[in-house]
Amino acid sequence: MSILILADHDNASLKPATVHAVTAATKLGGDVHLLVAGSNASPAAEQAATLAGVAKVLLADDAAYEHALAEPVAALLVSLAAGYSHVLAAATSVGKNVLPRVAALLDVAMISEITAVVAADSFERPIYAGNAIATVQSADPVKVITVRTTAFEAAPATGSAPVESIAAAADPALSGFVSAELSKSERPELTSARIVISGGRGMQSGDNFHLLEAIADKLGAAVGASRAAVDAGFVPNDYQVGQTGKIVAPDLYVAVGISGAIQHLAGMKDSKVIVAINKDEEAPIFQVADYGLVADLFKALPELQQAL
Amino acid sequence: MKILCAVKRVVDYNVKIRVKTDQSGVETSNVKFSMNPFDEIAVEEAVRLKEAGTATEIVVVSVGPAQAQETLRTALAMGADRAILVQTDVTTEPLAVAKVLKALVEKEAPGLVILGKQAIDDDCNQTGQMLAALLGWGQGTFASKVAPAGDAVAVTREIDGGLEVVSLKLPAVVTADLRLNEPRYASLPNIMKAKKKPLETVTPDSLGVDVTPRLKTVKVAEPAKRQAGIKVPDVATLVDKLKTEARVI
Repeated sequence: MSILILADHDNASLKPATVHAVTAATKLGGDVHLLVAGSNASPAAEQAATLAGVAKVLLADDAAYEHALAEPVAALLVSLAAGYSHVLAAATSVGKNVLPRVAALLDVAMISEITAVVAADSFERPIYAGNAIATVQSADPVKVITVRTTAFEAAPATGSAPVESIAAAADPALSGFVSAELSKSERPELTSARIVISGGRGMQSGDNFHLLEAIADKLGAAVGASRAAVDAGFVPNDYQVGQTGKIVAPDLYVAVGISGAIQHLAGMKDSKVIVAINKDEEAPIFQVADYGLVADLFKALPELQQAL
Repeated sequence: MKILCAVKRVVDYNVKIRVKTDQSGVETSNVKFSMNPFDEIAVEEAVRLKEAGTATEIVVVSVGPAQAQETLRTALAMGADRAILVQTDVTTEPLAVAKVLKALVEKEAPGLVILGKQAIDDDCNQTGQMLAALLGWGQGTFASKVAPAGDAVAVTREIDGGLEVVSLKLPAVVTADLRLNEPRYASLPNIMKAKKKPLETVTPDSLGVDVTPRLKTVKVAEPAKRQAGIKVPDVATLVDKLKTEARVI
């Protein structure tokens, strides 16, 4: 049995999600190899080599892989897949984009967003926005899987595996990168932060998010948002927590002015402690909150900032 | 350019689903079904492209039971021209659906295929990517903007860090994300007109596709329940509880 993981990285370092995906891979038993496909990606590969449980890092360095385009990366994975029993990736936008393409090219089913490894061929995964957990079993010769990384611990950086350079695969030349607009922030990344404070429609404007940011700064927290806040243009799309946005499971999740629609809960209900601040005491969010404060957020937030 | 859209009939997004007590699945009898929300967005985008003169014909497909005809009629009412129901009672998986769609793409020769990015029942987020792979086409997933121009299409994608724009050779597969557009409600006159639009029913067999699932669902269980929480009277109490009881700050 051997497992190939597609690393999600920015060439300089691995995304935290990949570090959690390694832990999922180690539960399968067998050799774990990490594939870093990028451009000038040696630093990411070197970090990959330190993760406990990784037996080897494969580094494919080529301009074609600079922006993780699905078509060339999937072609590379397919060229390497023979000899592996499992191909994994964290369920990041890269993993979700690339791995289904790999599965179809290998003519096997894909198992999305596993939350537990039951056996080498059986996995738990959420369905219906996490309101049910399905245990599925695959008899396919290669299992292609994305991993919901909030369900697994980060692999410690206690190893030292060899880094092997490999050649790029043929580029199908179907797509090209044009541009990107990425959020820059000093705050921790939303999906790996220990504390998240999120704003919803109740925030009323993007400017008002500074009230959350001030608290986030005091707590060393990440700032998230509900779909309503993003749709209204308060914050960019990468702040969205929910069924089809980011899935988070921090130690503390503070939902401010968020009603608690099924689709939002799907993205945060595995948080260890949930706090809700909302002036509507009937808001569904209070059904999942460990601590609920029925209050006007415009009064409560400044008070909260003072009290911390 | 012809556009092909695929739509799925799913449990309505507002329904609070219940897991069957025998853990064999989710309770779906006497429950409201609707078009998958992301697929509505896909159809809307196709209709807008037709209204802009970029597309000439919209063919909408569904792989599902006989009742999926209603879902197709909704798409026709939104502005699609022709519908195809690939009828099966099997609970299909993305790989099988992608194979069915490939067979139809080979017959219909569209310039663009637009699907919803994921179905809100199985939450797989695979079909569009798989179809693109089987066709050897490029894929623009999680699209918040689709701009065809000449023999290429620029797709703005919502990714973890923000937005990125990729350019794909046409023909290509695009999967629709939440903010691509706001779908229209079909007007009553359009609903009536839709009844006369062509809706053809075929079987997976007639397309040479075996839709037998690859995965076995061993069981479906409820997720772990959270303990009921409490209401706190003020911020001071909240902070105190978070520090001394929950110990998270």
